[in-house]
Amino acid sequence: MDRSCQKRFCKGTKGLITFDNDAGISRPSTLILEKIPGQNQVKNATMTKNKHNDYKLQFTTDEEFPDLTVHNNHMSKAITREIYDKLRSKSTPSGFTLDDCIQTGVDNPGHPFIMTVGCIAGDEESYDVFKDLFDPIISDRHGGYKPTDKHKTDLNFENLKGGDDLDPNYVLSSRVRTGRSIKGFTLPPHNSRGERRAIEKLSIEALNSLDGEFKGKYYPLKDMSDKEQEQLIADHFLFDKPVSPLLLAAGMARDWPDARGIWHNDGKTFLVWVNEEDHLRVISMQKGGNMKEVFRRFCVGLQRIEEIFKKHNHGFMWNEHIGYVLTCPSNLGTGLRGGVHVKLPKLSTHAKFEEILTRLRLQKRGTGGVDTASVGGIFDISNADRLGSSEVYQVQLVVDGVKLMVEMEKKLEKGGTIDDMIPAQK
Amino acid sequence: MASTFTKVFTSKRTVGILSLVGAGSLATGYLMHRQNVSAGSQVRRIYPASAEYPDLRKHNNCMASNLTPAIYAKLCDKTTPNGYTLDQAIQTGVDNPGHPFIKTVGMVAGDEETYEVFADLFNPVIKERHNGYDPMTMTHPTDLDASKIRSGMFDERYVLSSRVRTGRSIRGLSLPPACTRAERREVERVVVDALNGLQGELKGRYYSLVQMTEQEQQQLIDDHFLFDKPVSPLLTCAGMARDWPDGRGIWHNDQKTFLIWINEEDHSRVISMEKGGNMKRVFERFCKGLKEVERLITEKGWEFMWNERLGYVLTCPSNLGTGLRAGVHVKLPRLSKDPRFPKILENLRLQKRGTGGVDTAAVGGTFDISNLDRLGKSEVELVQTVIDGVNYLVDCEKKLERGQDIRIPSPISQFK
Repeated sequence: MDRSCQKRFCKGTKGLITFDNDAGISRPSTLILEKIPGQNQVKNATMTKNKHNDYKLQFTTDEEFPDLTVHNNHMSKAITREIYDKLRSKSTPSGFTLDDCIQTGVDNPGHPFIMTVGCIAGDEESYDVFKDLFDPIISDRHGGYKPTDKHKTDLNFENLKGGDDLDPNYVLSSRVRTGRSIKGFTLPPHNSRGERRAIEKLSIEALNSLDGEFKGKYYPLKDMSDKEQEQLIADHFLFDKPVSPLLLAAGMARDWPDARGIWHNDGKTFLVWVNEEDHLRVISMQKGGNMKEVFRRFCVGLQRIEEIFKKHNHGFMWNEHIGYVLTCPSNLGTGLRGGVHVKLPKLSTHAKFEEILTRLRLQKRGTGGVDTASVGGIFDISNADRLGSSEVYQVQLVVDGVKLMVEMEKKLEKGGTIDDMIPAQK
Repeated sequence: MASTFTKVFTSKRTVGILSLVGAGSLATGYLMHRQNVSAGSQVRRIYPASAEYPDLRKHNNCMASNLTPAIYAKLCDKTTPNGYTLDQAIQTGVDNPGHPFIKTVGMVAGDEETYEVFADLFNPVIKERHNGYDPMTMTHPTDLDASKIRSGMFDERYVLSSRVRTGRSIRGLSLPPACTRAERREVERVVVDALNGLQGELKGRYYSLVQMTEQEQQQLIDDHFLFDKPVSPLLTCAGMARDWPDGRGIWHNDQKTFLIWINEEDHSRVISMEKGGNMKRVFERFCKGLKEVERLITEKGWEFMWNERLGYVLTCPSNLGTGLRAGVHVKLPRLSKDPRFPKILENLRLQKRGTGGVDTAAVGGTFDISNLDRLGKSEVELVQTVIDGVNYLVDCEKKLERGQDIRIPSPISQFK
């Protein structure tokens, strides 16, 4: 059989389409496209940059719409057949499509304890091209944030009041983290190995140029020695290949551990994760309750890094509507989670604990982070909000709220009541 | 209600005409419904192939052994007509460097055309995996005539159960790693439609994973029929668990001896099984059922993916050819402890697994023994190999019971 030339027939064409098998089908075909009347089909297949999506458009919206009957996440609540129909023929310039955005939410119907987002961005443009889906999700997730709202960025640590006097007998450690995406690259769900490696290369260059308190070293996951690995685990710095199906279904673990790594300063108080769930995750931390210092280092370090990236014409993704652009819509705005590990054995068993947290706009997690349980009455307490308020404001909430809760704990220890201390809703 | 796929039927009836015109067997018919082929849109490529080439230094799978930078550079900008790419095909092998006990394949097909468009990689992988079978020069024999089987009744004091499985793909619809929700639902509809036409001992019913009641679910678990969402990273990294459980289900006949899995790792997995050692009857039912299903889908204008180079086309290259695994659960407590056991199996072209299937351990000296080969030998040949081999193993076990010595048999000849 002569395999060098295969003749293919396509319905609706005027004749044979031939291609040379040696070249596959990378040669432009001479096919004339036909619109099938009565179907919701794309009028111009070359509008998209995603060939598989072009192929998919021959099926109707009803045939392709996901079954979301048992689902409970922000995406499943927001998406309608009208939205799906409108957006399914589109793609971002890099070829990311609606189905790519929502796959994780289709594959993961719901989380037992928290309402997950259920969709992610593949690049900066996703939030724009698929606005009709992302806007209602953002609104639902971020307290009614409107498409016309503006987000305030404030990384001036001097605007933080107090925060240096949290009682270290209760507050065991303080930490602030955020994420940053590098403009000009697609995001972890979508990026190719070439892009991811370029992100790593640029990040290493930027981080290695830091000095003073920020001087440090990069540890690529790929060829890490056993000794280095053990040390990083002991320091609680090492991140592992994601196991959460929320991340796996979004394609974020592809090619692991290629181009992933950890950078930290010599003092082990400033840490950057490269190419995990976001391009960069930046973490400032230390033992004890001096959140003010942690935040200062956070702000200074971030701004130094940003300057270096800007010099390479790859600043951070940011706009005045959604602030810092990150992979998951839940992290838009500041992308900031500022928190402490704090001993609250009495307060945490008080009937009003949840109510207090809600009013203070704080959330609790176990000491292993999200999806873990608390151990020995020690909780991870952090800000609940990300979008619509600034970094300073969010860290202030943590500082003020934790201070109040420690006072409540002390009062309960003495056998008193805390009813008169319960704050108004922030 | 008219769906996109009803347009396919009218076009598929001209398949016969096309084959007269002389189109290659691979091309005949299966692209009839491709209404839109994107005019010239390239795979997104910002970096050169050398920057995109995966790091396979620590990898040990067939893909890693055969994907040279030159082959990658040649193929990385191509796609199948549906838009499936090389990067997608190899993703599972990049993400899963190796299995501790077996050399995995490390790549999958997203559609029938994958095997053609990326032949420069698939052919050497097929050759390595299937003992030197060369798709460029050799042809695969298909033979589902169960009457040719000789002495297919095992000693039931040793053989506890017998089973034959294979897979079948519906031509014209993408495979599980790449299929859209619409395609997957269509596979379900086509196969279930055909199965509902089965009569006699094959008559049965379908249990959709989406609509299954708790009671049905429990019954299927008790029968050891229920398949679950894949957890193996080999499958999940290839995208086979997307949209779970949409479009997935299990069909079985009333007697619970003929079972079909729909839209798991392949479009369909067909299983014939029963307790005891009557492998011949198991294989007879297997062949009968397969031929009936094929007849029923052909009536509606569909056909299985098959060609004479690769036999039945399935998602994983390891299942090409017959896609057939015929096996038994057999008690071999003494033989399995004999140091010659692995060599005996090897020469008989058999493999052992635990009684939970692949990646499980044996329990109480009871093993799952099945054929190693899939491609280059027919179904009849492979089942005969299992019958002859298992008879030999049972014979060895009996000899060891009596204190007699056993012999390593000469190796069975390969297809070349």
